[in-house]
Amino acid sequence: MSTAPDASARDIAELAAAQPLAPREEGRWRGLVLPLAAVAVWWLLASLDLVNSALLVSPLRVLQTAFEQIAGGQLQRALAASLARELAGFAIGTVGGLLLGAFLGLSPIFERVVGPSFNTFKQISLFAWIPLISVWFGLGDVAKVVFLSLAALVPVVVNTCDGIRSVPASLLEVGQAYGYTRRQTLLEVVLPSALPAIFTGVYLALIYSWLATIGAEYLLVSGMGIGNTLIEGSEHFRMDLVVFGMLVIGLVGWLMNACARALERRIARRLGRI
Amino acid sequence: MTLSPSPTAAATASGHPASNALDIRGVGKRYARAQGGVLQVLQGIDLHIEPGQFVSIVGSSGCGKSTLLRLVLGLDSDYEGRILLGGHEIRGPGPERGIVFQDHRLFPWLTVEQNIAVGLRNAAFSQKQKSALVAEHVALVGLNGFEKSWPHQISGGMAQRVAIARGLVNRPRVLLLDEPFGALDALTRSRLQNELQRIWQKEGITMLLVTHDVDEAVFLGDRVVVMEPSPGRIRRIVDVDLPHPRHRSAPAFIRLRDDVLSDFIEAAAAP
Repeated sequence: MSTAPDASARDIAELAAAQPLAPREEGRWRGLVLPLAAVAVWWLLASLDLVNSALLVSPLRVLQTAFEQIAGGQLQRALAASLARELAGFAIGTVGGLLLGAFLGLSPIFERVVGPSFNTFKQISLFAWIPLISVWFGLGDVAKVVFLSLAALVPVVVNTCDGIRSVPASLLEVGQAYGYTRRQTLLEVVLPSALPAIFTGVYLALIYSWLATIGAEYLLVSGMGIGNTLIEGSEHFRMDLVVFGMLVIGLVGWLMNACARALERRIARRLGRI
Repeated sequence: MTLSPSPTAAATASGHPASNALDIRGVGKRYARAQGGVLQVLQGIDLHIEPGQFVSIVGSSGCGKSTLLRLVLGLDSDYEGRILLGGHEIRGPGPERGIVFQDHRLFPWLTVEQNIAVGLRNAAFSQKQKSALVAEHVALVGLNGFEKSWPHQISGGMAQRVAIARGLVNRPRVLLLDEPFGALDALTRSRLQNELQRIWQKEGITMLLVTHDVDEAVFLGDRVVVMEPSPGRIRRIVDVDLPHPRHRSAPAFIRLRDDVLSDFIEAAAAP
């Protein structure tokens, strides 16, 4: 009989068309236009003395404060304390969230018993927990980490559970047809299928817990942290310190976001999604 | 049911033990309806398939043909009657039955060759034997050079070839095909029909194809089982005594196809 023909030219053309194109380089700098313009306007307003200089400090003053904070080591200490908290809360919340989400997604009985309670629980605004947490755990690091864990927990649970539940029945049937054991189905069908959703949850947890870190430091005032730097600035009416703190918070958030996105792309490529 | 002489009858006698026959005896299936009552999806299905035969089941949607295939695959064990393969009752899915679904159902997180290897996941072969089998089946479906491609990078026709390779790689006794080309464009479909015919002739395994395409059923089948709906049952079985490879323009082929088609035209005309 005839030999197997190779995939036709049309198939190959389709394949070539489906290959992702290299990201365009020239577009990457456009995102900087707005911030640079804002700084320019800020600098102009400050240098023209149009507004009260106590309310609007000059960019130069902020830069000076930045040097002082870095040279004196205050920034490093504050940032280290904040990041340690954020990572501890993120880790605890994520691990708990993965477990809870997996049970909710995999076990219908568990879902029926715990699901409604969790759905009610997640409706409570995070900041509504602050009074209870401060009574139970004080104002120290333990209280803050508990608060951050709660912030990280919710998105991980929701996304993990959704990811597991939305594994297509058609793919589960493939596993069934080829005699996959329960363990194989879980690790080789459910997990890879749910992984992008799970990652989204973990990514949100990272962002939320960083936002919550500042909130916790602001509301549970004690100790050190970049949130405390903000409070100090506002109490002493030092706008330069406030603006500097905000910039640091934004920069850290942006860095986390960038790292998570890069990791997400790697995972997606590994899972054949890009 | 009597066995019709087929081009594979000789191969059957020499190559395969007769015990590999697929026997469907008095199979019925009903579902409880949501609004109460029962829906009889299949009733009194009797079908005997000799090893190496290609049997097409054709029928309009809702005649239960895909349900029948699911029962043979073992995904659903709640039915009346008996289904035997090689004299043994079918209980759940097994490695001696491969399946090709309508939607290719490849795992998007696995490459082409990894997806084919899914068919060998629980086979008692060494890793080396498995790689050799996968490579062999990549070649069988003509996908050399695409082993490392991801499913989203290949066309629908190529994805369905991967699915066929996955269904065949474990050397099943029976390959079940559930409207495998239904979602493809006409050109790709007829090309893959030719491919499937070539693979069947080369491998000589039993194939049971479910389709709503009469042309496809007659083109590929040694026998064409015509089904009708409510309740799903066999209307008649047409022997296709044409040599392989077949030609769609041959007068004998067209005559047989029109004969089968007439069943559907009559059914549509009936009240």
